[in-house]
Amino acid sequence: MTVPTDLRYTPDHEWVRLDGDEVTVGITQYAADQLGDIVFVELPDVGRSLERGKPFGVVESVKAVSDLFAPVPGAVTAVNEALASGPELVNSDPYGEGWMIRLSVADGAELDDLLDASAYDAIVAAG
Amino acid sequence: MTDPSAGPPTVHETPLAARHEALGARMIEFAGWRMPVQYTSIMDEHRAVRERVGLFDLSHMGELWVEGVEAAAALSAALVSDPAHLAVGRAQYSMICAPDGGVIDDLIVYRLADDRFMVVANAGNATAVSDALAERLVGTGAVLDDHSLATGLVSVQGPRSVDVLRSLTDVDLDGLRYYAVADGEVAGIAAQVARTGYTGEDGFEVFVDWTRTGDLWDALAERVAAVDGRPVGLGARDTLRLEAGMPLYGNELDRDTTPYDAGLGRVVKLDKPGPFVGRAALEKVAADGPTRRLVGLVVEGRGIARHGHPVHAGERRTGIVTSGTHSPSLGRPIAMAYVAPADAEPGTVLDVEIRDARVPARVVPLPFYRRST
Repeated sequence: MTVPTDLRYTPDHEWVRLDGDEVTVGITQYAADQLGDIVFVELPDVGRSLERGKPFGVVESVKAVSDLFAPVPGAVTAVNEALASGPELVNSDPYGEGWMIRLSVADGAELDDLLDASAYDAIVAAG
Repeated sequence: MTDPSAGPPTVHETPLAARHEALGARMIEFAGWRMPVQYTSIMDEHRAVRERVGLFDLSHMGELWVEGVEAAAALSAALVSDPAHLAVGRAQYSMICAPDGGVIDDLIVYRLADDRFMVVANAGNATAVSDALAERLVGTGAVLDDHSLATGLVSVQGPRSVDVLRSLTDVDLDGLRYYAVADGEVAGIAAQVARTGYTGEDGFEVFVDWTRTGDLWDALAERVAAVDGRPVGLGARDTLRLEAGMPLYGNELDRDTTPYDAGLGRVVKLDKPGPFVGRAALEKVAADGPTRRLVGLVVEGRGIARHGHPVHAGERRTGIVTSGTHSPSLGRPIAMAYVAPADAEPGTVLDVEIRDARVPARVVPLPFYRRST
């Protein structure tokens, strides 16, 4: 499986896209495939402050439920409202229409701890 | 510390494991067997069964043959149903209970001949059922023969299942009623063909010799593909049975549950002659009424109430969720739960506790889904 090289990743199978002082967060294709048919995504309210590594939401498939963890600290500036009625977007387009939240990040240096595509690919390959 | 002499527990494989892998199935361990949980997606496989047809490998199930001139009487004393009144070529849903009335397993009993029955048990309980039956048959003229590892089982379920099977078999499918079984051939392979299933659709279960299971699967798979059907894994098997309101052992049924709790008191034939294991305890439950009842719940929102989630009636805890899923047919979350009898009336609004949130859920009659024809 190839993962987009313009994104950063966490070992929890989330992706992060840097966009000025904001980041967009979603789950990877691998995570979406493992979960199977996603039927529910629970996201935080806009404005909430997230601590790195703490759960901020839940993604639920027919088969299983999984926590979402904040990959970086920041305040929620937007959530993907389309997932409320179309959670299957996470399966069909995890890096695009299936995005989950946007965060404003004060300190861009936090991103340096995230994985690049090849490091994340190695985690997936190791199963 | 681990005992170096103790190897990993044996995990069985059905004769179709390599085929599942070639189809790209995700394999999991289930009840001591390596089984496909899904091939494409649970929703896709579920819809294929509801709209067309699905093909299932059920070779992990236990097939226990009970034979002898006293087989009917011996089984009637061992099970809660009345196999003695089963006509040859017919099947009945049954249970084997402990003396205290707790369910050891739920079963389907097929009468293959006057003096020959096939009892089909859940994979995870096959050994327990085999052991209990063997003990209960001691001193009768009936003998138990465990065919579980000699019998392959492939199921075809869905509105097109007749079309799939018709050209492959000499069995008169039009004459084969629901819960009937016939000897015949499928794709040239000697088989028992039963009109039974666990999906809420019309369908057939085909029992063959273990060594011919691959040939049977290949022949059926070709016909299933021709009508845009799918191989179906355990994931969709669970969503299908849940929509159909059918219990799953380990969720709705266990040793601490009586058939009456599960709303399956009709399976217990208290009017049959003679003793049977569990009779005294079950007579008491039948007379007093069960202390809890299995209900269907339609849950608000999109979050799924899952096995083990608490159920509340106002501030009072009334029970627990036994199974829950997103219903592909209804497009919303459904669940089954045990609740206090006073809270079991359809229309009652209860709360399910899902990850610290209380979510309203309405009691509805089971099943959630009933096929239209």
